[in-house]
Amino acid sequence: MEICDKTIHEIKGMLAKKEILPSEIMKSTLSRMEKTVKFASFIKTFPEEALKYAEEQDSAPLKGALSGIPVAIKDNMCIEGKETTCASHILRGFVAPYTATVVQRLLNEGAIVIGKTNMDEFAMGSSTETSFFGNTLNPWNKDMVPGGSSGGSATSVSLGEAIGSLGSDTGGSIRQPASLCGLVGLKPTYGRVSRYGLVAFASSLDQIGPFAKDVEDAAILLKAISGYDPKDSTSVNTGVPDYTGEMKKEIKGLKIGVPKEYFLKGIDKEVEACVKKAIKELESCGAEIKDISLPHTEYAVATYYIVATAEASSNLARYDGVHYGLREKAGNIIDLYKKTRSAGFGDEVKRRIILGTYVLSSGYYDAYYLKAQKARTLIKEDFSKAFEKVDVILTPTSPTTAWKIGEKTDDPLKMYLSDIYTISANLAGIPAVSVNCGFSGGLPVGLQLQAAHFNEAVLLRSAYAFEQMNDYHKKRAFSGK
Amino acid sequence: MEYEIVIGLEVHVQLNTLSKMFCGCSTKFGAEPNTQTCPVCLGLPGVLPVMNEEAIRLTVKTGLAFGCQVSNFCKFDRKNYYYPDLPKNYQISQYDKPLNAGGSVPIRIKGEKKVIKLTRIHLEEDAGKLVHNVCGGSGVDLNRTGLPLMEIVSEPDIQSPDEAYAYLTSLKQGLKYLGVSDCNMEEGSLRCDANISIRPKGVLQLGTKTEIKNLNSFANVKKSLEYEARRQEKALGDGGRIVQETRLWDAVNDKTVSMRSKEEAHDYRYFPEPDLVPVVLDDEYFRKVAGEIPEMPDVRYERFIAEYKLSEYDAGVMTSDRDLADFFEETSKQGVDPKKVANWIMGDFLKEINTAKVGICDVKVKSSDLASLIKLIDKGTISGKIAKDVFAEMFISGKQPEAVIREKGLIQISDEKAIEGVIEGVLKSNSKVVDDYRSGKKSAAGFIVGLVMKASKGKANPKLVNELLKKKLDEL
Repeated sequence: MEICDKTIHEIKGMLAKKEILPSEIMKSTLSRMEKTVKFASFIKTFPEEALKYAEEQDSAPLKGALSGIPVAIKDNMCIEGKETTCASHILRGFVAPYTATVVQRLLNEGAIVIGKTNMDEFAMGSSTETSFFGNTLNPWNKDMVPGGSSGGSATSVSLGEAIGSLGSDTGGSIRQPASLCGLVGLKPTYGRVSRYGLVAFASSLDQIGPFAKDVEDAAILLKAISGYDPKDSTSVNTGVPDYTGEMKKEIKGLKIGVPKEYFLKGIDKEVEACVKKAIKELESCGAEIKDISLPHTEYAVATYYIVATAEASSNLARYDGVHYGLREKAGNIIDLYKKTRSAGFGDEVKRRIILGTYVLSSGYYDAYYLKAQKARTLIKEDFSKAFEKVDVILTPTSPTTAWKIGEKTDDPLKMYLSDIYTISANLAGIPAVSVNCGFSGGLPVGLQLQAAHFNEAVLLRSAYAFEQMNDYHKKRAFSGK
Repeated sequence: MEYEIVIGLEVHVQLNTLSKMFCGCSTKFGAEPNTQTCPVCLGLPGVLPVMNEEAIRLTVKTGLAFGCQVSNFCKFDRKNYYYPDLPKNYQISQYDKPLNAGGSVPIRIKGEKKVIKLTRIHLEEDAGKLVHNVCGGSGVDLNRTGLPLMEIVSEPDIQSPDEAYAYLTSLKQGLKYLGVSDCNMEEGSLRCDANISIRPKGVLQLGTKTEIKNLNSFANVKKSLEYEARRQEKALGDGGRIVQETRLWDAVNDKTVSMRSKEEAHDYRYFPEPDLVPVVLDDEYFRKVAGEIPEMPDVRYERFIAEYKLSEYDAGVMTSDRDLADFFEETSKQGVDPKKVANWIMGDFLKEINTAKVGICDVKVKSSDLASLIKLIDKGTISGKIAKDVFAEMFISGKQPEAVIREKGLIQISDEKAIEGVIEGVLKSNSKVVDDYRSGKKSAAGFIVGLVMKASKGKANPKLVNELLKKKLDEL
């Protein structure tokens, strides 16, 4: 096995024993990248800079928990001096003059950023097909989508181009691609990780989280990026547990709820079978399985597409050609706005801006936005009530495995429904993780675990226990072909 | 037909904070364009606002001082509109839950007391400033972007342009007493938009209003309202109607001109700002802030009349500024006649301040020094006329009056022998004038007094000079 196919914790062990040098890790990922260009994980890579930095670390003492670890960052997080595109034409030429808190935290731990990954434009999509720079391919089958919107961050780790990566999750954009690429993908509690430097899609839903090959790596990355940030008023000043320690505790007696609403219609039979098998495995570890109900689940998608688009219509208003990014030639300011935004945004982004503008308009606000906020409260309450009875809620991550490229691009509603299981966690602000629970037709199937606010530890604990029962996480997509 | 005027004012006041509303940038006025900016106030991708606690405190203080219902729940909303001076294309403001609701501003108009009710006072961030004709185009200066602003909205309670002027004066005075803003219209730290309509006298229903913008002084607010009232009256008198619109004040030609009609009004699509967590304020906080509120000018005015027996006019001048009122009170408490203190302040004190263009707190004369000066006049140590010169020197050097008098040898001569000596000398060398006097030209005496004062370099006690000279002349 090449170094780039190993996990962070394995590499950390080797570094500690001085069996490898940071530059060797970097060279391994860089040489992998050369072989996997066609998958298009990245919008931009920094091979020379990353290698130089790794070589400097060869002779230096280990800096932190991620010393020498090559990481990939979704291209909606700012890094000083680097272009941040959000996979959109409208941000063409925008070079961030500051670094996102999460990236700074990774750098402080010694991680080396090797590139910025491809994504759906402004994180709006479920397949990484809305990117201005073209789509990314699924590492397990290059005819398939990798999921989205953090598709590039998922594939970079799956392919061994990076050892870990960060994505952002507004309605499933970490968990769904993790599921479709066979990785661990974790969306932390809203407020656990600073959003400062993350280009906003929907401010009340966005959360940054890690992609990793296994649960322990996810725990290491989560620990590194978590914590209060005075620059983000919505980040919460609460203690960050020792996730790797917590993760290894046994799950005997842990109550796991299975909501019936998640197994009704639209779910692929094989996906359902994999998830049901996972339930049995967890039960055999001593977990107590309970049937539960989240009665307002059916309103989640509708609620999400009102709240998220409303916020997006306002968040994306600043891309107007006046201060930075793309500017189309125009005779007056109104034309400048129109021409720049018409040329700069793709169809999906425009669709959501128009929808969001509509639901906030005077005369429609009460019927849509306000009602959606009320529905959101009901969905939150569903979870609060459920967590009085159970510690973890288990569901599939996605109703299907990866689908064919282009299959859903002409049918937005069909695309939106692919996030049906992941959206509720964002509306409720609770943490959720996707772990690989098997394969169907050679494509990975994801298992989603959700927990109460700030209880990422119990998520990692149950995911880790599950991982010990199988070796799905040990399979690698890259075969050298 | 006789009409009555209905006016409501919207005042924007920049709060006296060191940093901006949602970032750490300086609020100092007059810096080079775009030098007081950061990714947050520039609205760059990925940034987040962080509330300025001081701005909230100052707004709460203002609300408590003007008798508003101060909310214990402070939340912000986004006001969405596109304009090049607004980098995010939304303004963080307060929509359905302003920090302060209700309240009132006291005014005095033609000697009568009246209160103008307030609708609300809310907190928001300022936009930038467009600068036209730079390098042949337009530029935008974002130094002002994100400055904390209070928007103070009055009820349509103001019945004349004079009342509008009095309201603005009283509001500004109160805000300055509170120390929440500089209220400097030239630097834009106080801005005013006026809404005006007219209706036939006795009719309850409001007429169609127009909004006047581009008002850069209180005098222009008054003038524009007078113009607009006349214009509306004429329009209705001619059988026309008033169009609801925004009009610009043209200060060069003294008239309002139409800018945009209501049909072009924005739909601001307000919704709660998701990047900020609402702040809950408790009673302890309110108690603490209330404790920082000084005696407000209207209360102080009444007290000055009652306690110091000042005239309404004098009390008005003495309370026009908090520092001035403090100076008056401190001086008056040192055993001198408050009326004399007020006269000194309204006379030489304010004259010197206006000439030197300094603030009251920068004046070198201490209240104890002014009190000493007045006491020296009372005791007859110096004459009132000499005291003026002494004060001028005190104002420049900050020296105590005794020191100025000593150094310049200005002590009044009240020694009869010494004065008689001077008189004799003057009479001897001006025998012609003395002859005039004796031949019945009594006015010559005044001329001789002047000569005696001049000979004593102004130091002779004028009362004694008069007495002694009369005696002397009568003896001759």
